[in-house]
Amino acid sequence: MGKVVLVTGVARQLGGRFVRRILREPDVDRVIGVDAVPPEHHLGGAEFIRADIRHPTIGRVLAEQGVDTVVHMDVNGTPLGRSGSRTTVKETNVIGTMQLLGACQKTPSVRRLVVKSSTNVYGSAPRDPAVFTETTPPKSLPGGGFAKDVVEVEGYVRGFARRRPDVAVCVLRFANVLGPCVDSPLAEYFALPVLPTVLGFDPRLQFVHEDDAIEVLRIAAGEPARGTLNSGTFNVAGDGVLLLSQAARRLGRPTLPFFLPSVTWAGSALRALGVLDFSPEQIRLLTHGRVVDTAQMRETLGFHPRYTTPEAFADYARSRGPGLLPPETLARTVDRIAALMPAGRGQN
Amino acid sequence: MADAKVIPFGDEPRAKRRTKRTGRARTGRVPAPLAPVAPGGGERAPQPRREGPQRPAAAAGGAAGARDGAVPPAAAAEAATGGPGAAEGQEGGWERKLAHGLSFLRRRITGEYEVDDFGYDRELTDQVVMSLLRPFKEKYFRVEVKGVENIPEDGAALIVANHSGTLPVDGLMLQVAVHDHHPAGRHVRMLAADLVFMLPLVNELSRKLGHTLACAEDAQKLLERGEVVGVMPEGFKGIGKPFSERYKLQRFGRGGFVQTALRAGAPIVPCSIVGAEEIYPMIGNSRTVARLLGIPYFPLTPSFPWLGPLGLVPLPTKWTIQFGEPIPTDDYPPEAADDPMLMFNLTDQVRETIQHTLYKLLVQRRSVFF
Repeated sequence: MGKVVLVTGVARQLGGRFVRRILREPDVDRVIGVDAVPPEHHLGGAEFIRADIRHPTIGRVLAEQGVDTVVHMDVNGTPLGRSGSRTTVKETNVIGTMQLLGACQKTPSVRRLVVKSSTNVYGSAPRDPAVFTETTPPKSLPGGGFAKDVVEVEGYVRGFARRRPDVAVCVLRFANVLGPCVDSPLAEYFALPVLPTVLGFDPRLQFVHEDDAIEVLRIAAGEPARGTLNSGTFNVAGDGVLLLSQAARRLGRPTLPFFLPSVTWAGSALRALGVLDFSPEQIRLLTHGRVVDTAQMRETLGFHPRYTTPEAFADYARSRGPGLLPPETLARTVDRIAALMPAGRGQN
Repeated sequence: MADAKVIPFGDEPRAKRRTKRTGRARTGRVPAPLAPVAPGGGERAPQPRREGPQRPAAAAGGAAGARDGAVPPAAAAEAATGGPGAAEGQEGGWERKLAHGLSFLRRRITGEYEVDDFGYDRELTDQVVMSLLRPFKEKYFRVEVKGVENIPEDGAALIVANHSGTLPVDGLMLQVAVHDHHPAGRHVRMLAADLVFMLPLVNELSRKLGHTLACAEDAQKLLERGEVVGVMPEGFKGIGKPFSERYKLQRFGRGGFVQTALRAGAPIVPCSIVGAEEIYPMIGNSRTVARLLGIPYFPLTPSFPWLGPLGLVPLPTKWTIQFGEPIPTDDYPPEAADDPMLMFNLTDQVRETIQHTLYKLLVQRRSVFF
């Protein structure tokens, strides 16, 4: 008998891609996609059930379909499309997770739970160590927004793991997911023609390529390979670090530094205009940055990302087209000067 | 008592006056030997500007009695090392420098350089920041480095130094000194206070220079990667102590650095820095202003804040950095890191070593400024 996998949040790009990927797994029998809105992309033959995870109907779905693996991907920072509000997102994140976990607890067939979390749980503060491991306690708990949602979601997941010790629970804390077709707030930020930054701060950023994100979710949802363990909490990030200034240069987009207080106003103004979700935790990320340690991911989970952070970023940059100051043009200009210089010197 | 004898406080204004006067008299001469160093490409441009305010004082180094004639030839020799000796070699050096500068500029503006997990930008540190700090080390503070061979050629080590000087100039000088004098050119990764990472610009520069927050996690990680880590366990107590308590080591935190070194099995290298205490003699501390600004202390020195930005110019003291015998930690069992008694003993041992070396160096010192 094959596995029955239930995936939440399939209306998003990443959820849809994961459903299509897991369908190809040999031991997977059926894949059920769940979301409150029908997805615009196809699900490759997976069943789609329109259900809001904030309502108890999700329990019926789990029981009727005999689900044994639940992949909870409906934990998001931004609303889907332009219409949703932050309140809905928060409710889906927190209440939705509570309902889903309650339903899982009541469904004896559930054997495995995978939760897509985020490195936002660590917050971002100047007093934090430079590199977070899975056990680092945050120095300042996030006060609100998506970061707080994630902290609460992980709290409920820990509670669930205590109450159902027979279920293998895997929490994947993703760094910022980037890729050609991902719709994360940071991807939107890097798409701005001029990048607003915080004056005097150059945060360290880490990225995960979306292909790697799908792959690690697949590893977590399946049976663990020999010598690895896929339950627990893991940081997921590509190797290496990019500074924001470096990222902007590679992208060819000029930066516009703001003083820290005014960047908060600018952020809320941009947010009010609906240009971009420039939330407080995003500003904190762009101020202090965040780097996580991925030794557990490599050694325990046995996952080795294909893309490093710079590679993931390069792939994203390729998909977005050149900015106002393409690095190739700048490099060519410097080369031209270099070609002129020695000749000029020689004549003098 | 010993330090009161060796640092004649009354001597200072006279010495200062003398150095200033001689410095002004020499300003016409000094830029000449320095000039060939500057045009190294785009990144070198800020160098002359940064050097501006300190040049008279740098000349003061040359004005120091017996060394009067010695320093400018040294500077000229250093300038010449860029290109090999002869006239045509110098021209080749010029072009090479220019090409080098342009390729550096090209990498910078296209973002094609690497930083490590801590944000350490090795290329920027080596090419720009070190060359900006080097004149301070060589000409301004004339840092004498002793016992640098006590830092291992490779593998982890923890340098524990005294902290002084109101502004953490000693940390920067230690970093440059180790990099320039160590045969393997090792880079010290300094551990800095959290205040550093809250301040705009400072935190950016600090991270790029390879500094990180002084916490056990970061120190442990760096030591496990085989880096040389520098720590000043006195922290704000040391750097912000009044001038009257100069060269008296403060409490060494809670000895966390010993624990970290034991866990990583890294040797502890005691380091004594003489000269940094007098760069900004802190004769007072305005607690009210400090509280208003949210900083641990607000120094009042003979020149700051009365002379405004001019008060930020450090006194050109003569520095000595002495590295002591490394204290091995790898022969302790792993559970030793949880033995508080051993921690205290080792902490005291390191502290005593540094304090004694400080006294010894102070006795040997002829004057604060030479």
